Amino acid sequence: MAPDVRPWVKMRGIHKWFGGVHALRGVDFSVRRGEVVGLIGDNGAGKSTLIKILSGVFPPDKGEILIEGRRVRFRSPKDAKEHGIETVYQELALVDNLDVPANIFLGREPALVGGGSLLALLHKGRMVREARALLARLKVNIGDLGALAGELSGGQRQTVAIARALYTEPKLLIMDEPTAALAVQEARKVLDLVRNLKERDIGVVFISHTLQEVFAVADRIVILRKGEKVGDFPVEELTVDDAVKLMVGGD
Amino acid sequence: MDFRAWLRRVNRNRVLFPIAALALLVVVASSLSPHFLTPMNIKNVLSQVSIIAILAAGEACVILTGGIDLSVGAVLAIGGSITAVLMKWAGVAIPWAILGGLTAGALAGALNGLMVAWVRIPSFIATLAMMAVARGGTLVLTNGRPVSGFLKSFRALAGYAGPLPILFLVTFGVYVLWQVSLSHTRFGRYVYAVGGNETGARFVGVNVRRVKLLVFTLAGLCAALGGIMLDARLNAAYPTAGEGYELDAIAAAVLGGVSLSGGVGSLVGTFFGALVMTVLGNILNLLKVGAFYQYIAKGLILAVAAVSLSRGVRFAK
Repeated sequence: MAPDVRPWVKMRGIHKWFGGVHALRGVDFSVRRGEVVGLIGDNGAGKSTLIKILSGVFPPDKGEILIEGRRVRFRSPKDAKEHGIETVYQELALVDNLDVPANIFLGREPALVGGGSLLALLHKGRMVREARALLARLKVNIGDLGALAGELSGGQRQTVAIARALYTEPKLLIMDEPTAALAVQEARKVLDLVRNLKERDIGVVFISHTLQEVFAVADRIVILRKGEKVGDFPVEELTVDDAVKLMVGGD
Repeated sequence: MDFRAWLRRVNRNRVLFPIAALALLVVVASSLSPHFLTPMNIKNVLSQVSIIAILAAGEACVILTGGIDLSVGAVLAIGGSITAVLMKWAGVAIPWAILGGLTAGALAGALNGLMVAWVRIPSFIATLAMMAVARGGTLVLTNGRPVSGFLKSFRALAGYAGPLPILFLVTFGVYVLWQVSLSHTRFGRYVYAVGGNETGARFVGVNVRRVKLLVFTLAGLCAALGGIMLDARLNAAYPTAGEGYELDAIAAAVLGGVSLSGGVGSLVGTFFGALVMTVLGNILNLLKVGAFYQYIAKGLILAVAAVSLSRGVRFAK
């Protein structure tokens, strides 16, 4: 299959102000299907702001978002999800006192009877079956699905959080610092999973402070500094040293 | 799965501790007093536990979401006296009088829920305010005097069905229904999710406010039901009824393994916690320990239980 070279999602001329702070100054950003884009930049460079706009947390003050060439407006993260954009956040990912299937299906539990109402009887068997199938498709090994999220290792927790985001089969997955709290071995599991997504034709935006990880997993790297895009390179054309120079500025 | 892992899984909601405590208490009690294991005394304990356990059911559910309800004792009083006043002074038929009391309790609970989930007053303060208002309301309604002497058909609630007190059967039914909904409905799952990680739950689309509103409303409903049961048992509604019962309800939940930081515990455990509290009071009575000392004993046990169980909390917030 010839790779689709047109971007699946395209952000054009994005501006964002917070009070007097000009957080994003006309940023262009795009992701193709099956492409892993590493987004890097120093603290305050605008990475989080950019992905929050892309995931529907808040709207841009100027600029537009296009999906497959069509202009879209996200009024909430729910809108973005309906367009196929899911986000895995660093914190607040899982509920520690619930088990793995309960976490994957939290907020969208299948019911035996009662549909979407609060009093619906849960279809626990289906949750376990589908959770197992989903994790198997992602080649993730959690071991005991009945374990509480709080009993899992950091890497397992993160892969469960990612699996949860993938349940709806999104077209684009945004990962904000998915390895920040993980040991090296654990982080590797997450990186393996990201490569796996690529094969499944899902686009990924990968944010990390660890440049080695970004270089290990990304096809393309976008560098932000002080709210502006200062670099956009295929990973082969960029070295870690150059990336750092672009991030911190100067020469 | 090895035995220890299995045991950990079984005890995930910490039901083993209250069961063991109850067993120990029963052994000690029956060796201390020959009257403890008599049918008469057992019936008495089962009647007593019914009312505390009903309050504790509502309380446990509130605590599971990470809140606390200090108003259950006062809401018990207002529910009980509204039913009593409707029956005695307004001549309302028994079912409607009961419905009136329950509605008042549910409304008081719903107000708690609104204050906590919408106005964002900490539950400790919101329900403390409700405690004062409901107690005051009860005194105003009854002029501070007991309302007594109900119809036989109402007092029959405190009678027996075979060997078991009807009050106990009511409580048991409420517990079965409630434990099933905690374990098997979306509502139950959200109760644990809100108690475990409120922000995370909201983030994936759980309507946290609605869960809290429902939990506080149910606690109010349970408290009023307790008040009506107490009316039947005492053949009177005292305006001071239920004073200090919030302590018993919270103690029953905590002894039953419900974590005060939310998200861990069960109604099964709470039920045994309520039994522990009641049996303890019963033993102290049989040993002729004065009521004043009983307060001290209960307070100490709550403190000890809270300390020893909080060590076991893995999901501190």
